[in-house]
Amino acid sequence: MDDFLSLFREYNIPAAFWVNIQLTFWAAVISLVLGVILVMMRISPISSLRGFATAYVEFFKNMPLTIIMVFMVLGMFGQLKLSFSDNFDINFFWLAVTGLALYTASFVCESLRSGINTVPLGQAEACRALGLNFWQSASQVILPQAFRGSVAPMGNTLIALLKNSTVAAAASVTTETSSVMSDMIEFHASQILQIFFIFALGYVILIIPIGLLTTYLSNRLAVRR
Amino acid sequence: MNPQSNQESSVLFDQPGPHGRKMIRIFNAIAAFLIICLIAWVLMRLHNPPGGEDQLSWDLWKPALDYEAWADFYLPGLWMTLKASIVAIIGSIVFGVVFGIGRLVPSRLVRGISAVIVEFFRAVPELLLMVFFWRWFAFAGISSPSYWAVVGGLVLYNGSVVAELVRSGVGNLPHGQREAAEALGLSPMQSLMTVEVPQALYAMLPAMITQLVVVLKDTALGSIIMYTDLLQESRRLGAMYFNILQTLVIAGIIYFVLDWLLSRLAERMPRLMQRRTWGNTVAEPTAPIAIMDATNANQIAAAHEPMPFGGAERQFPDHYHGSNATTDHWQHAHYNHGHDLQHPEVHARNWDEPLRDFARPFQTKPKRRDGGAGHTTHTDSANGPQGDSRSA
Amino acid sequence: MRARSGAWRRTLVRLLAALAAIVCVVPAAACGSANSDTHVIKIGIKFDQPGVGYKKSGTYEGFDVDVARYIAHKLGYRDDEIVWKEAPSKQREAMLQNGDVDMILASYSITDERKKAVSFAGPYLVAGQDLLVRSDNTDITGPQDLNGKRLCSVTGSTSANTVKKKFSSEVQLMEQPSYAECATALFSGIVDAVTTDDIILAGLATNSRGKLKLVGAPFTQERYGVGIKKGRTDFAKQINDAIKDMIADGSWQRAIDDNTSGTGYAPNAQYNPPDPTEGEEE
Repeated sequence: MDDFLSLFREYNIPAAFWVNIQLTFWAAVISLVLGVILVMMRISPISSLRGFATAYVEFFKNMPLTIIMVFMVLGMFGQLKLSFSDNFDINFFWLAVTGLALYTASFVCESLRSGINTVPLGQAEACRALGLNFWQSASQVILPQAFRGSVAPMGNTLIALLKNSTVAAAASVTTETSSVMSDMIEFHASQILQIFFIFALGYVILIIPIGLLTTYLSNRLAVRR
Repeated sequence: MNPQSNQESSVLFDQPGPHGRKMIRIFNAIAAFLIICLIAWVLMRLHNPPGGEDQLSWDLWKPALDYEAWADFYLPGLWMTLKASIVAIIGSIVFGVVFGIGRLVPSRLVRGISAVIVEFFRAVPELLLMVFFWRWFAFAGISSPSYWAVVGGLVLYNGSVVAELVRSGVGNLPHGQREAAEALGLSPMQSLMTVEVPQALYAMLPAMITQLVVVLKDTALGSIIMYTDLLQESRRLGAMYFNILQTLVIAGIIYFVLDWLLSRLAERMPRLMQRRTWGNTVAEPTAPIAIMDATNANQIAAAHEPMPFGGAERQFPDHYHGSNATTDHWQHAHYNHGHDLQHPEVHARNWDEPLRDFARPFQTKPKRRDGGAGHTTHTDSANGPQGDSRSA
Repeated sequence: MRARSGAWRRTLVRLLAALAAIVCVVPAAACGSANSDTHVIKIGIKFDQPGVGYKKSGTYEGFDVDVARYIAHKLGYRDDEIVWKEAPSKQREAMLQNGDVDMILASYSITDERKKAVSFAGPYLVAGQDLLVRSDNTDITGPQDLNGKRLCSVTGSTSANTVKKKFSSEVQLMEQPSYAECATALFSGIVDAVTTDDIILAGLATNSRGKLKLVGAPFTQERYGVGIKKGRTDFAKQINDAIKDMIADGSWQRAIDDNTSGTGYAPNAQYNPPDPTEGEEE
């Protein structure tokens, strides 16, 4: 038991989870914005934008996140020289956030699109009858309803994002949970089971509220038709 | 969903007139120009970066593309990736069917245990599972620990997703199925095993293919624990010629092509499978959302469902009203609340609308309802519902 | 319903058969052939470190591989009786303990910690931690010059922390899954140096078309040993004799030169060639 408690003294486990939560939060915010832009492009009348958004979604949906993360560091930072800060820790954190956001945006776009599918055609027709243009009808009528319809898939996307934030290890973020767990196992091999369950339970505890909130919100916000 | 995706782009705006067409052409040109500029800038940067070397030079691309690269690195790596994926998908089907049924059996204890296991493995990141198994197997003296760690991590996570697919697949069957089975004298358990679960499996098969895409993508995590998959092998090739960006591009293309083909296959599957089940076949894994989803409501499926022309029947029971159903009685909750339109005792139907094919077994007028609505039911069931009628 | 459940059962049987087939086949492929009757020696090496241990076109090359091959020949094994296995850093002890391999030559430093679990023969090389920099670099001459610079090392290695703790506390660290990424990062200029054992860096520099160089001021001593199962003192003696022969007849120097050509690498002369005496008593 003493050994077990000393694990907590030696390693700052909550701090590791805090890194993952921050990664998730910023990636969620950015991917939400990106996802909305993408879905607007996908339903817009301009075919080149539609093509671009479709290609984007297909590309990131079918690409392993690990590869995207490596490309963030070696491609975006290494070759294109896009960096966020001269401080490496901050820089890699934001590169990882960017990678997660780019990847997740395609899933956000798909979730929103499925939300748009729940909006009856009559709504769009009514917009047109009122003389609203594309931008007005999309932003004021269709998307708000689509958001309400896509709460459940969005919740799943958020849960997946939280879990995927561990892959930030591939983008040289060394303070997040999977790296810390790896470290702990390295030096405390005899307590491997305890170490694993600490981290696993941490994730269960983080994910239960998201699941509950999603269920609550999707019941609460859904439009009864 | 496919017909709808063609529709959605055209529904938000009018057929453009001459002025509109001109505007669209102008915007099109601007957008295309910007996209081309972006691509050109990236290529320029790769060709002539501020430091380092020309990433487009043939010196770097040749070793990433020649015969040796394919024979010694990509193809062996691809085989390792596929091997882990295939074993993992089979393992996760076994795991998923066992625990999915475990969540449906009458025994409260078995249900509880299965629920805890499934929800636990849905919540833990695969990478953590893999790292844990890797070190654990290495200490325990199992040979090729990284292979089994990759398979183990994939099986537990994807297996729990499959378990939820089985559960929601059964939940989304028309209730007539269980009622008919019970009327024939089958016990709830017999009904589950011989009538409901087989149909749920057919219904979830397309979603399984989509899940295979996830499995294939997630094997790339194995490279973090030193499994010599496609990603790891391309990294090794890159170590020799310092062309890791190029080799990773090739690896990325291989992953993309495989996943894309599987996605297309998954999109075709629902039509094929629809003949074999009364459940709804969907191409995407649409498990109930995580943790304590007492209603077993397939909300994602419901959300994905198109609502064409404002008011056609829903294929999935609509749980958006916030059902208070418990896991014990979840099958009853749908029609008690008047939301299972397929149920003969639901009065909410608009009887003037023509019925779709798959609802035909229940095509009885309200006044004849007590006269034996259920008896005519099974005459059509040999053919099963037809998929085409649904996608309208 | 009967006809359909029959079809269902057939499908299930077929599925189970396929499952059984794959489960039977794959582990066999995954585990490799583990029969100990034939006269073979199983050697664990790195597969991914050019110049040290690298798998290419079905052949293996690198300094560790050359030494391993020499030892195997001395022990009475022909080339086709050597079974090469990959020994990733974190699996080495386990592979020896459960008999996956007979010996490991995979840049495996002799440490007291490791000696609790396995035994060593050797050392066959005393490597040292060094820095790899771009060829045009002049201002980095040792680990003390790294303040404010950027340093790359692989995930889970302690070498970067050694630099940070002992020499330059202001250094910025980047961790990558393998040295290939580190070297690419060095090429593109996002890091200023890569650190690990000099022989590994020399192997990287060999393939860099003259664009990377070693600083050549090793600041630690890593005694590379041949990992063997704990307590095999006779085996250790045989291996040590083989290494001594290798040093005596010049093959050792040739192996170094072949695998680090064009980098100007020379093993730290103070400790090399080493005197292999490890592991001969309990």
